[in-house]
This record gives sequence, C-alpha cells and structure tokens, in this order.
Amino acid sequence: MSAVVTAVPFATQSVSADPKVKSRIRGLNFYYGNLQALKNIDMVVYEHAVTALIGPSGCGKSTLLRCFNRMHDLTPHTRYEGEIRLYPDDVNIVSSDIDPIEVRMRISMVFQKPNPFPKSIYENVAYGLRVRGVKARSELDGRVEAALRGAALWEEVKDRLEEPGTALSGGQQQRLCIARALATDPEIVLFDEPTSALDPIATASIEDLIISMAGSVTILIVTHNMQQAARVSSYTAFMYLGELVEYGPTTELFTRPRHQRTSDYLTGRFG
Amino acid sequence: MASISPSIAVEAAVPGVAEIRANVVRRRRWDIVFAVVGFLATSVGVVTLLALFVDLVMDGYHRLTPDFFLSFPSRRAAEAGILSAWVGTCLVMMVTAAIGVPLAVSAGIYLEEYAPRNWVTTLIEINVSNLAAVPSIVYGLLALGLFVYALGFGQSILSAGLTLALMIMPVVVVATREAVRAVPHTIREAAYAVGATRWQATRDHVLPYSIPGIATGVIIGLARAIGETAPLITIGALTFIAYLPDPPISTKPPFVSFDWLWSGFTVLPIQMFNWVSRPGTAFHANAAAAGIVIVVLTLAMNGFAIYLRYRLRKRITW
Repeated sequence: MSAVVTAVPFATQSVSADPKVKSRIRGLNFYYGNLQALKNIDMVVYEHAVTALIGPSGCGKSTLLRCFNRMHDLTPHTRYEGEIRLYPDDVNIVSSDIDPIEVRMRISMVFQKPNPFPKSIYENVAYGLRVRGVKARSELDGRVEAALRGAALWEEVKDRLEEPGTALSGGQQQRLCIARALATDPEIVLFDEPTSALDPIATASIEDLIISMAGSVTILIVTHNMQQAARVSSYTAFMYLGELVEYGPTTELFTRPRHQRTSDYLTGRFG
Repeated sequence: MASISPSIAVEAAVPGVAEIRANVVRRRRWDIVFAVVGFLATSVGVVTLLALFVDLVMDGYHRLTPDFFLSFPSRRAAEAGILSAWVGTCLVMMVTAAIGVPLAVSAGIYLEEYAPRNWVTTLIEINVSNLAAVPSIVYGLLALGLFVYALGFGQSILSAGLTLALMIMPVVVVATREAVRAVPHTIREAAYAVGATRWQATRDHVLPYSIPGIATGVIIGLARAIGETAPLITIGALTFIAYLPDPPISTKPPFVSFDWLWSGFTVLPIQMFNWVSRPGTAFHANAAAAGIVIVVLTLAMNGFAIYLRYRLRKRITW
C-alpha cells in the first residue's frame, strides 16, 4: 500500500531525529456517563511539534483533545481512567488528585468557533494573566503585546487595543483567541478545529501561525481537514470509534498507512 | 436534460396557475381572520388599561398639585396629600431591593452555575417556580408570623421591605437564571480554558453579560411590589400616618441612621385604598390622584426596564 494521498502538499515540518516527549498517554479511557468515548488510548506527544488528531465525526478526537485541559470536568457524569503524563515533572493530568485549574494554567486551548469575550482586545488577551493575579500594568502591557505579536495580530490592532474584541473579523478574532491562549506562556496549546468557521484566507493565516508557533510550544490540533493535518503537522494520529487506529510521523501516515481503515479514510472511502 | 426547454416547462404549467391562485386565496383567508382576531385580543388589554387610566386622570388630575405630594393625610380631603405614602413606598422599596436583589441573584446564579444536577436541586427549582404563584396575602401571613412576631421586627418598614423582598425573589431568580443561561457556553469555556475558577468566570463574564436580563427582572419585580397592598395590610401597615420616619442621612455623626427601618409606615396603594373606602367624592378624587401616581410609577419602571435591556444588550455581542 503506497502513496495513497500523493496530491497532498506536505509542510516542511520535519521530524527531528531525537524528539523529546512532552506528554505520554497510557491506557486512557474516557466515559460520558455509561458511554465510553475513548478506548485504551496509548500515544506520545512530542515537544515543540505539531501533532494532528484526525478521524471521522464522533471518533473521539475532540474528546481526546479536551482531556488535555480537563474541559470534560465541566460536564457532569464524565470519568477518566488511565493516564496522561505531562513532562518534565511526570504528573498525571487526568488524575482526580490534580486540580483541573492547575492543568489549564499549563495547557491552553483555542476553540472551534472564535470566542472572544465581549471586552476590549487588551482585556481579552490579559484575562489569563488577570485570573492568576497579575495586576502590574507594565507586566500586563508587555505580555499582551508579546502575545499579540506571537499571534501575528499586533500590527493590526496596536492602535485600537481598547476596542471590543468582538468587532474584529472572524480570522482576527481567532488570532485574538490564539493570543489569549499564548499570553500565559502555556506548555501545550490545544486547537479544536480552529479554522472550521473561517474563510480560506483566514484559514491560511492561522495555519501559518500554527506552523510558526511550533518552534516554541507543543501543539495538538484536531482537524476534520486531512490536507490541513498534512500541511501543519509533524505527527498525525488517526482515530476511529474512540480508538487510536494509527499514529506516526505525518508523512509516513499519509503515504504509507499501515492500516486498511487509515487508508480508506485518507482516500475518502468513508468519513 | 436539453430536451426540456424552459418554454415547454412554462406552457405545461399554465393550465394550473388559476387553480394555484384560487388555492392560495382560499388558504390566505385564514391568515386574515387570525390577524383580525389576534389584533382584537391584543387591543382588549391595551384599551382597558387606557380607559382605566383616562378615568383616573379625569377624576384625579386636579388634585395633582405640588401640595398633594408635600402634605400628610388629613381629615379634610382638600388638604390631604401623599407625602408619608410616597416616602414610605420609597423606603420600603429600598429595603426590598437591598435585600431581595442580592439574595435572588445569588440564588439564580447558584442554581445555574454551581448547583449539581440532582434531586435536591430539582426540588429547589420546582419550589422557586411555585413561589411565584403563591398569592401575596400568603406572603403577608408568613411575614406576620416570621418578621413581625418571631423576629420581633414589629409593624415596621423593615418587615414590609423583607416581605416584599421574599415576594419578588422568585421573579428575579427566574429572570437571573434565564439571563445567565443566555450567556453562550463557549464564553464560559474560554474563561475556564485560561485557568479561571468558577467564581472568576462567573464574576468576570457570566454576571456582567447577564446584567441586562437581571436588571429587567429586578425592575419588573419591584414594579410589582410597588403596587402590592394585601401583604402589607396583613403585617399592619398604617393607613393614616402624619409623620415621616427618621431620615436615613443626618448632618451629625455618624451621618447615617437606620432608625427609619423600625418606623411605622404607609405606602401609596394603602393610602389609595384608605381613600377609596371613605364616603364622599372628595376623597375619591384623592384616591384617583394617588392611583395616577402609582400607574405612572409602574409604567415608568417597566419602560426603564425595556430601555435598559435595549441599551445594554446592544453593547454585548458574541
């Protein structure tokens, strides 16, 4: 089985020879009430790389992503089993002993639909710092600017930081949300289909941004768009019905899938 | 595909057009019928209120002089005024708002944001909804037993304010819950995702964004309380008061006084009720004038609620 998706342009995302492990998922099961949404997931997430989670709707890719910042804790009757160990300190972030707020302070998230607060651009970015108790204006100013630069939005908004974030265009709003996620210097940034509500041009700018961010932060991205996974990620995990079917370097998974289901999905036979 | 040209399609349709039109006209008839019925139904309320108000104005407008607002009740109808009544109403409303609003808003937010979904919460929810339907006289009886006697607050402004606070609570709780529920879940997620606690997400986002809805509920609740008579008569509001409570602010330290809380009181609707029940048309004119004041106050509060909702909602977009 060779080169099933030859038309996909791959990014220059190289797989480094000896990548450091940022997180290791071991035997992870997740339940919504009695419904098991994730089944015995094992995989590693490499530091300072983009890892994509792909698969058909309902395969559990978003569910897996949301385990990383314990977003499921907001929904009643959800349950984690197993481990997501975060390095270097080797802590199991889905353990009930760990406060989800602690996890969210280390791992931030960008959502499917841009969701800026109906507050000023400045306050949107500063919010993560404010909840931590940062009050000094000089520190806030510096970190807000750095985050907005990191999200490639600074030049567009530097003269109107007091305007509402909701007045920006869709693509700008999503970059504002990325800035908000970056302002707190997270170790991992989670992206949950970040471009599904955007037009192609805004999508391209977000993808460029994700690729450029990968040098300094670990990124996990859920996408329903296989081309997007190919363009931005170094590693790809293919999930189906709550199971991890196949995981590996993106180029290998796309050109030499080891499982029939992966190749069927990549060639558009289902999903 | 090419065999069906547009002209053929139109020709084929032509014999049916007249029938289609007749069919539409037939069905449209019921549109018109309902529009007329609906308009009449809507008018009943508006016209009745208008007629009532016009009647009040005709009877009472000549009594609406500055003196009327600045005089105490009197045995002589022409000298009687509503000073103690409107001051009483203002003070009772202050207590009602100060006690009822924080309680009801906290309860609403707790039920929506914090309460676990279990049978205890469900029981509380059902109870709150039912409280809205409890007749106000029952609140009066409860208050008589609880505030006036058991807690020893007496027949005071404090007792009255607390009674009405209890009465508006269900309205404000329901309004708060609806406003809080209208805040998109994605906004909460955004706050939690950067590490906010539940309280921070509530204080910084959920509460500010639901203020328009909450404020509307508060004002509508207060507008209802302002016209309430039965529970206040039950707890012993006086109908003839020729003095004012101690002022809440004084020039001497400590500048703020709470003695007025313990004062006897009357309120506008009770004053009106008192005048209505007297023989003689002169007092009935006074009653009509007081009625105008109450109706205008209530309408003004409701109008303000609508304005506030409109203004504040415009500022918040998702």
